[in-house]
Amino acid sequence: MSSNKKYWKSVEELKGSSSIVETHSQKEFVEEIPTDEFLGNKETLESSTTSRRDFLKYVGFSTAAASLAACEGPVMKSIPYVVQPERIVPGVANYYATTMADGFDFAGVLVRTREGRPVKIEHNTMGNTGANARVHASVLSLYDNKRLQRPLANGEVVSWEQLDREVKEKLNSVNGQIVLLTQTFASPSTTKIINEFSQKYGNVRHVVYDTVSEDAALDAFQSRYGRRALPNYDFSKAEMIVSIGADFLGDWAGGGYDAAYAKGRIPQEGKMSRHIQFESNFSLTGANADKRVPLTLSQQRAALAALHGYVTGGSSTSDLPAHIDDALVKAARQLRKAGRGAVVVSGIPDVDAQSLVLSMNESLGSGVMDTANPRMMRQGNAAQVKQLVADMKAGSVGAILVAGVNPAYSLPFADEFIEGLNNIDLKVSFSMKKDETALLSDYVAATPHYLESWGDVQFTTNSFGLMQPTIRPLFDTSQFQDTLLRWSDNNTSYVDYLKQTWEGSIGNGSWTDALHDGVFEGTAPAGTSPVSATEGAAPQVGNDNTAVRNLSAAKGEGLELELYTSVAMGSGNQANNPWLQEMPDPITRASWDNYLKISRADADALGLENEHVANGALNGSYVNIKVGDTVLEKVPVFIQPGQARGVVSLALGYGKKEGIQREMQVGVNAYPLYKDFNPHQKVTIEKAGGVHKFACLQLHTTLMGREDIVKETTLEIFNSQDSHVWNSMPQVSLNHIETPVTSPDVDLWDGFDRSVGHHFKMSIDLNACTGCGACVIACHAENNVPVVGKEEVRKYRDMHWLRIDRYYSSEDTFQEDIDKKDNMSGLGDALSQFGELEMASDNPQVVFQPMLCQHCNHAPCETVCPVAATMHGRQGQNQMIYNRCVGTRYCANNCPYKVRRFNWFLYNKNDEFDYNMNNDLGRMVLNPDVTVRSRGVMEKCSFCIQRTQKTILDAKREGRAIADGEFQTACSSACDKGAIIFGDVNDETSQIAALSEDDRMYHALEYVGTKPNVMYQTKVRNTSEA
Amino acid sequence: MKKVKYRPSAARIVFLSVSLFFAFNIQLFAQDEPQDSPLSGDEADRQETVQGPQESNVEADASGGDAAAGKGLFNTLCAACHKLDGNSIGPPLRNIGQERDRDWLYSWIKNSQALIASGDEQAVAIYNEYNQVAMPPFPQLTNEDIDNILAYTDAPKAVPQEQQAGGEAATATGGDSGISTDILLGILAFVLVMLLVILYLVNKTLRRFAAVSGVELPVKEKRAKPIWKSFVENQFLVLMTAVILMLVGSYFAYGYLMQVGVDQGYQPVQPIHFSHKIHAGDNQIECKFCHSSARVSKTSGIPSLNVCMNCHKSIGEVAESTATEEYSKAFYDGEIAKLYDAVGWDVETQSYTGETEPVKWIRIHNLPDFAYFNHSQHVEVGGIACQTCHGPVEEMEVMYQHAPLTMGWCVNCHRETNVRTAGNEYYEKVHEELSKKYGVEELTVAQMGGIECAKCHY
Repeated sequence: MSSNKKYWKSVEELKGSSSIVETHSQKEFVEEIPTDEFLGNKETLESSTTSRRDFLKYVGFSTAAASLAACEGPVMKSIPYVVQPERIVPGVANYYATTMADGFDFAGVLVRTREGRPVKIEHNTMGNTGANARVHASVLSLYDNKRLQRPLANGEVVSWEQLDREVKEKLNSVNGQIVLLTQTFASPSTTKIINEFSQKYGNVRHVVYDTVSEDAALDAFQSRYGRRALPNYDFSKAEMIVSIGADFLGDWAGGGYDAAYAKGRIPQEGKMSRHIQFESNFSLTGANADKRVPLTLSQQRAALAALHGYVTGGSSTSDLPAHIDDALVKAARQLRKAGRGAVVVSGIPDVDAQSLVLSMNESLGSGVMDTANPRMMRQGNAAQVKQLVADMKAGSVGAILVAGVNPAYSLPFADEFIEGLNNIDLKVSFSMKKDETALLSDYVAATPHYLESWGDVQFTTNSFGLMQPTIRPLFDTSQFQDTLLRWSDNNTSYVDYLKQTWEGSIGNGSWTDALHDGVFEGTAPAGTSPVSATEGAAPQVGNDNTAVRNLSAAKGEGLELELYTSVAMGSGNQANNPWLQEMPDPITRASWDNYLKISRADADALGLENEHVANGALNGSYVNIKVGDTVLEKVPVFIQPGQARGVVSLALGYGKKEGIQREMQVGVNAYPLYKDFNPHQKVTIEKAGGVHKFACLQLHTTLMGREDIVKETTLEIFNSQDSHVWNSMPQVSLNHIETPVTSPDVDLWDGFDRSVGHHFKMSIDLNACTGCGACVIACHAENNVPVVGKEEVRKYRDMHWLRIDRYYSSEDTFQEDIDKKDNMSGLGDALSQFGELEMASDNPQVVFQPMLCQHCNHAPCETVCPVAATMHGRQGQNQMIYNRCVGTRYCANNCPYKVRRFNWFLYNKNDEFDYNMNNDLGRMVLNPDVTVRSRGVMEKCSFCIQRTQKTILDAKREGRAIADGEFQTACSSACDKGAIIFGDVNDETSQIAALSEDDRMYHALEYVGTKPNVMYQTKVRNTSEA
Repeated sequence: MKKVKYRPSAARIVFLSVSLFFAFNIQLFAQDEPQDSPLSGDEADRQETVQGPQESNVEADASGGDAAAGKGLFNTLCAACHKLDGNSIGPPLRNIGQERDRDWLYSWIKNSQALIASGDEQAVAIYNEYNQVAMPPFPQLTNEDIDNILAYTDAPKAVPQEQQAGGEAATATGGDSGISTDILLGILAFVLVMLLVILYLVNKTLRRFAAVSGVELPVKEKRAKPIWKSFVENQFLVLMTAVILMLVGSYFAYGYLMQVGVDQGYQPVQPIHFSHKIHAGDNQIECKFCHSSARVSKTSGIPSLNVCMNCHKSIGEVAESTATEEYSKAFYDGEIAKLYDAVGWDVETQSYTGETEPVKWIRIHNLPDFAYFNHSQHVEVGGIACQTCHGPVEEMEVMYQHAPLTMGWCVNCHRETNVRTAGNEYYEKVHEELSKKYGVEELTVAQMGGIECAKCHY
């Protein structure tokens, strides 16, 4: 019997005639299916003659054709040299020593070239200039797709002959002054050429302009010692370092101090330097300090004055908060105690402050500061630049030649400069790019990259570097010096001129020796001191008392802004370099951006937010910044633990718009706020609408008291206690007996005999690592690591094989974190306090931990690979075989260190990732010894097996044993601080063998039992107060 | 492009043997036709290079020089800069004895610079004509020696032996073996065929006899079922056959798939016909003389053209004896001319024009990007002969890929080859330890860790 029951889905159906029910019975889908949208214009669709059947035919044919065509392999050509240069053997690298000097970064480097093209920069161990991340990345700037390829006249391509002729004609008939506005070349021969040029034309003014000014320090030094230079410091001699706002591990005073600093930070015979940092912006230097005191910019001045008082034995009348005053008193006491090993440095952009620092170091008898052999890497003169722009506007300048700087972008008063340009008849720009200034110039003299140039650089009064080309000029370019020589009617080429200049004064070696070494000691040859009015009269600086009075009077009201240079971008010279854009900032871990750093308290007060979205990425609010009458709109806000309350900071060098690829046009240009070349400004900010998407590699991660990742102790404990107290081996329970985790009894796996042959290990010293990131870039260059772009980084799909993890402490120190964790009792405590542990403190301690594949002897990744694409080598390397990998990503999931990187996309020859691997020029930087990976494979650190294999092969060919130090990875050789040591542990005499037995040695996450081949050396902090 | 499969197949062998058979037959007839060698056409172009004329053609010169002794001296002292015919660094020397005064020649050869300095008109003229390249003095040569050299250079230009001997000689040389084997084979084949025909005829005749004489020949009984039907009905057999067919099928399918991307025997046509046979085979030039980077680099390096010109500056053409049936002398000379074009060498003025055009060779041995191979490791450290992987290069007129270059092939060799540890300090310690571990004196590459993935893939 059938049922009469009526089933209904909606009450509507029960009604007799519902329009809705009617519609539903007619249509399957409630809404109109947007087929038209999908198929495009209906008319075109109808007018098209391609039927469905035709379409299938085409598809069928092309599939068949493609598969048939694929049967035949491609024909590969091999084209030898017609005449092979003597020094080039295909497949063998040549090294040349040269010097980078772009007006901001000065460094002696070694360039590895393959078949005549530079592929990698190494720091020159013969010099002591160091090499930061930007120097390592500069090789990619050589292959910049946006480089100017030919000289231009009024925007049209011209020949050099024509340009020379026209410019010379105009120079000869110029009405008014000829002005050379240049970067700091610090080059004796260039000065000589400029002098000659001045003689030829007369009426020439040379103005040196440093994009990021060191004017205060230069003025102070000049008034005290009579020379426009910066004092040099040897931090390896320092026992007590007090820095007031000086980011000396960053770009302060030309940078390059970190290697020497790191030497003094490794505890030896129970001693290491103590470093106290008073600062506002959370800098790299602050992160490395033993004690960091956040304070506002005006407090910095008062603090310096107070410190001077305490050091000179007097008292201070400052009204600084008690904890700062207390820290200053203790610091002064320790400074006095340290004597020759004491040094005070300051980044306060104030002549009084800088003068006071010099005076303080002198009275302390500091052996760290060297004023006899000062640095020449900053020569800029802000007053003259200001005067120049005033003159330009007044119309007294007839011609301007701009070299190596981009004032239309980087001048705080760029508008006035641009306005002044209109009054000038002849505007010539010497530039590698069609940048803002070049666009406004009549003539653009295309200049080569430093790797294509000759030159000399005066680092300090008596140490020099030579620059030599490492590749034939890629484009039709001419060096500034060559062009100027031609315009001075001097037919000598610059290289000959350079040799002539240095004849007889190149120290005690020959020209060839000096060129080979790249650096040499000597004295500047005659005729190379500037004759034009560059130096000017020494600025008047009052005595210490007036300085102290001026500084103490500084009062902070409202919010202050500090402009700084970021580790990745510096002054922004290499803004079109994707390696640097993707390099995360060591502290914020954000890439592809600049942002306003603000303390949590200030952010809360202003209602600014940083928020983590569902996929873990960071979003932030926007603000409008107002300095004077300049407003910078929509600047993203980044809440920075440790940022001083009342101070916000913003990085310079971003927001470039001309001569730069669209993808790299990121961030905001902070130069308009750099008023009066002063990085300290009064500011007002207001919240703006919108949400900014950050690309952070790591969020505000705290260590939450986990000693297993990072171990640290204090110098006192380190010296007085046994190592198992501060560096204990994790224990596991075996038959109710606590057994060390390294014991074979608790091991799941059989051990392999690794005593035969080489066994590579790496040691990373957490004390020596400053987090500078040079190794990260070196790894990129060596291993063809792709750039993935901001969107992908935001999804944590960055490809860095080596990252530098930054951990904050939740309490003020890591020790307090551990104590808090250990003292938790009960579930309630745990629930609330673990939550608290996730938040970084207002002034957290920081630890940097370079994290790369640990090459575990018992690697969890190896056991889960279904196709055995990753396995262990006898030499200790965990090998990753790309051609075997099928991309299951099990290995990455099973890796406790999260160091494996997956190629989610094809990153080369793919328009979606339009970075260096997507153009022929950019691909020239690829290392021919390392595979370029394709989509769908896993990759990771290989311990630079191509380099260890090469070292082995060289030794085999020469029939010799391998000496200690020969084995290097890209990161270990890039680390001029000696934080990363690599070697063969089976060589008992090697440094790495000694380090593996060191008391400070531990393995990350030892308790997992992975037995890594990467070791870390426990961080020791010098917390001794006086 | 010509692609030759190196692996001989059964069909190929059959095809070859058949064509061989016919080739001989054709040659049999060819013997009868008047010999019209293609070489004879080039007679006018024919020149002797430094080897000089055939001994038999040389007769003693009027001045009594010994041409044989002269040839030796010429080759050691003169040939670097002079050819008999055609310009080199110095002028051609054919018949120089007749063209110049003998005494003048004596003093020129012994010390040309002195002669030029003395202002001798002839000497200065020739000095200037040849770009003022000074000829080194030969004070060690006696007049007699010079006479010998001149006797050699004054000998008339050789007419190639084959041409002299004519068709008769060609028949004699070419035909000798032909008659003895080919004709015999032909006769044998004919006899065989005749035998078969006779057999058939006999059989037919016998049957007819039998039919006539009424002899009953036994007739095979026809089966009730055709054999295939009983086969189909036997399920076991069908199953077995299917299994066997599948196995055989997959065997061949596997074989086919495994050769995808394996270009063994790849023999592309190169822009310049460079014969390794002539260079490495006939002239015994060491491989690494030209491929010098194999000693130090991962690539063996295709020699740059300046390396070619080290020799080819003075070798502008090949010897008559170098030509083969397939490649004539004119062909080879044309290839050398291509080199000159590429490197920008003007034969007339013996100088570089500066207009170069790199040669775009076609790469034969292509390893995928993810495989790292280093020549110096194998050649210098391992002491492996080039031929081990590249095959009999010295016999290759046209270069081809000898080895399959598959991973299996690499790994096999690494398993079988011993590491050359002797006298290499690098290996001392590791050899001692590993020998103890494995209990062997000689270690294979595999035992050294040479088959670990990342040794070649990174």
